[in-house]
Amino acid sequence: MKFGIVVFPGSNCDEDAFHAAKAVFGQEAEYLWHKDTALKSADVVILPGGFAHGDYLRTGAMARFSPIMSAVRAFAERGGPVLGICNGFQILLEAGLLPGAMLRNRGLKYRCEHVHLRVEQTDTPFTAAAVVGQVLRIPIGHGEGNYFAPADTLETIEKNRQVVLRYTDPHGNVDEAWNPNGSVNAIAGLCNEARNVVGMMPHPERACEALLGGVDGRAVFESVLKTFRLADLRRAQVPA
Amino acid sequence: MRARVFVTLKPSVFDPQGRTIAEALHSLGYAKVDDVRQGKYFELDLQTEEASAARTLAAEVADKVLANPVIESYRIEVD
Repeated sequence: MKFGIVVFPGSNCDEDAFHAAKAVFGQEAEYLWHKDTALKSADVVILPGGFAHGDYLRTGAMARFSPIMSAVRAFAERGGPVLGICNGFQILLEAGLLPGAMLRNRGLKYRCEHVHLRVEQTDTPFTAAAVVGQVLRIPIGHGEGNYFAPADTLETIEKNRQVVLRYTDPHGNVDEAWNPNGSVNAIAGLCNEARNVVGMMPHPERACEALLGGVDGRAVFESVLKTFRLADLRRAQVPA
Repeated sequence: MRARVFVTLKPSVFDPQGRTIAEALHSLGYAKVDDVRQGKYFELDLQTEEASAARTLAAEVADKVLANPVIESYRIEVD
């Protein structure tokens, strides 16, 4: 399958995502410049981490006006899998592809460390190879990852099972002491109602090789590969 | 005309920066400062001489770009 990795001015995890897709998982990968208007037949789109457009005004606020975002939006509306990592998550929120917004971390500090995440849902293209309740150890690196949504939105999100990942202790228990940024309901990852668009603050692409201190991020890439293989199988089974 | 747009976090949204500033002021002895809310301030130079048109335009820009309606509200002054 082919990964399309969007590059905004200020993206700085684009090469990491490219490396994970191509070198670690042996898939096709291509960069999509933010001024491009087509996705070059990508099967999955990644909005990588960084500081798109310098995070001017608000994190992710300017990136949603980049030409490539019209194509990403259309792709998402057709059901195409889209993953926003860190700044990519912030962009998806600002673009309205996911509900809610990001605030400055509760402790005001930029947090760069490994965190523990409990997988809450596995019916998304980016968690399909994981198990509900599984705890993943993946690094974060952000100053504005304090997820916020108004009470009514939050209720809808929880009712629709849109919370995909939650910050927990190493044993998978939600505990405010292990919430690195103050996110409401310890939300670390979220999907849209159609479940094909996922945003997550932690960086799975930084946790795909033992050399980098852990391989738990592989679950996210393996999930999208599994989803794609299953879709392929289903297509093959349709009688001619 | 000139429009001034003041964007602040909604009262229901916790403002960690404002809180930190308030605590710093308290530690400096400003006990009479109850609370601080931090925000953003924009000056828009507009090609219109009509106050109501300026206000409408500034509000449209604030809704679309300057403020994130999920977490922020804004106030406009025109002169």
